This record gives sequence, structure tokens and C-alpha cells, in this order.
Amino acid sequence: MAIEPANLHEKASHMGQHVEIESIQQILNQFQHNFPLSSTPYADMAKQLGISEQQLLTLLKELKSSQVISRIGAVFKPNRIGVSTLAAMAVPQHRLIDIADIISAYPAVNHNYEREHHFNLWFVVTAENKEQLNKILKDMEQKTGIVILSLPMEKDYHIDLGFPLQLIDGGTKKKKDEN
Amino acid sequence: MINQRLLIAALQNGLPLVSHPYAEIARQINSTEQEVIDHIATMQQQGDIKRMGIVVRHRKLGYTANAMVVWDIADEQVDELGACFGQFDFVTLSYRRPRHLPDWPYNLFCMIHGQDREDVLTNLQLMINSCNVEHIKYSVLFSKRCFKQRGAIYINEKSIKESA
Repeated sequence: MAIEPANLHEKASHMGQHVEIESIQQILNQFQHNFPLSSTPYADMAKQLGISEQQLLTLLKELKSSQVISRIGAVFKPNRIGVSTLAAMAVPQHRLIDIADIISAYPAVNHNYEREHHFNLWFVVTAENKEQLNKILKDMEQKTGIVILSLPMEKDYHIDLGFPLQLIDGGTKKKKDEN
Repeated sequence: MINQRLLIAALQNGLPLVSHPYAEIARQINSTEQEVIDHIATMQQQGDIKRMGIVVRHRKLGYTANAMVVWDIADEQVDELGACFGQFDFVTLSYRRPRHLPDWPYNLFCMIHGQDREDVLTNLQLMINSCNVEHIKYSVLFSKRCFKQRGAIYINEKSIKESA
């Protein structure tokens, strides 16, 4: 269900704003970091991009509703604000969707993925403090009957979820692979 | 004085898409625009906020391959290799985590995003060669289905109401 760069391009031009795919890439790359801390951050961004504030806001809303953008906000350093852990479960294949739904229903869970391994369900649990976190993990084990492997971060060597995006090359590569 | 808990709760949902988003947050948490901006700047300087900006969903942008690569590294070497892996653009996380023997022998975790599996595996080989870890045991856990992805909620609104 990924929005292909080509569709993104179409989306951009449908909006009648002459916003090109290059502009979307530029917006995403430039403002994954260093979002302006001014009274009017969107107007400042728009100025840098050479479009109007209203055009930018409309585009961001569009990207948000099509789920390309998850949000515009702060990424907190793990375990500085609250606590979190990476949890894993080895779920029998026939129960996977049911168990995944139970886990996703917890507001404390933000990522929940199936991965290719004997431990096939991986999710991140966050809470305000350790006791709350342990309580949630215990509750999950009781609800599912499956033991949780809890792997809290001990040290971070690198965190940067804002890596440079290559939307244009991505489109080319996809086509090549499909042939 | 600004209430940091309320500010974090407001920020974790994302900035509103309005002309004066910080003023809007200030209104929600009974503060002022300047206090909100200053406090965010302080949290950035102190490293509590790693970055402020657009958070994208990589899958929606064609980055459909994502692998968690886990390594079983001798304790005395893990710092050095964690830093070595972290220097690559395509490695978005490099964390040390505890082993859980006998089920789980791995203590270093890297996340690699790529446009396809081949892309991820090519980059993995580059890491292995550059950091000289040909002899180290590892496992590649490609992601399959994504059941949930959104920003972390550290502070739930119920507990805020209780403390407010």
C-alpha cells in the first residue's frame, strides 16, 4: 500500500499548487531536523521553499492524511523522558494476528511489527516509570499466555530516524526490479 | 513556570498545523508561546529532545524493506562496534541491549532501512566489511507486517488529568 513516488507526484500536481516531487523530497529532508523554533514556523519554512504558508500547510495536511507523515513533533531521547523497552514474543503462526491485535490495543505500544524469526512479534512499550512498564508487560503476558522477552536499551550509539530520503531514485529502482 | 509533563504530552501528539503552533500548544497547557519555545530549545540543548521536525512513515515512501540486525558481540568490543555501525547513513539505530540466554544471545541491535531486501543486504555487507566483523554471529530480522506505528506516548492523558 506504499504510495509510490509517481503517485506522490500526481498527488502533488492534483493539488494545483505546482508542487513537484522534488519539493516534497526537499521539504521532508530539510525539515526532518531543525524545524524552526519561531512564532510562525510554517511561514518560515514556506519562505525557504518559495511557496506560501497556506500552500505548505495544505500540503502537510495532505501528506498527513495520506499517512506519509506520521506527525510533526519532537523525538525524545529514549529513557530520558519516561522508560521504554523493546519486547519480543514467539507467537504460534495461527495466533499471530489475534495476539498482535491484543498488543496493539495498548496505548503504551507505539511500534508493533512482525519479523522473520522464531521471535516473530516485536513491539516497543513506553511508560512513565519502571513499575508501570513492568505492570503493563505482566498484564500482556497474562492476557496472551505468551512469555515476553524484554530487552531495554542499555546504551545508544546512534539514533537518527531522520535519514536522507531518496524518493526519485527510489522510483527508478523499483521499476528496474519489477522487470 | 511551564509544566514539562504537560508540554511533553502536547508535543508527543505532534505540532498542530496552524500558523502559530507554539501559541496553540501554550494555550492548551496554560503557558505562553515564548515559554513553550524556550523550553523546547532547552530540552534540545540538554539532549532530551533528539530532534524536532517531520516524522515520516518510511513504508509509505517506498522504503519497504526494514531489517533489525542483531549481533552477539564480546562485551569488551560492543562499544567500539556499536559506534562503528552507527556511522552509516542507512543505520538509523544502534543500541546495546541485554542478552537473554539461552533464548537470545544477541546484545547489539542495528536498524537498517532500505528500498528493498537486496538494498538492505548490500548495506549490511558493507558494514560487515568496514567494521571487520566477518567472524561475529549475527541474525537478520526483516520486518513483515506492521501492526502499529506511531509516536511514543510516555505520558498518558489520564495520569495528566489526575496530576493537574
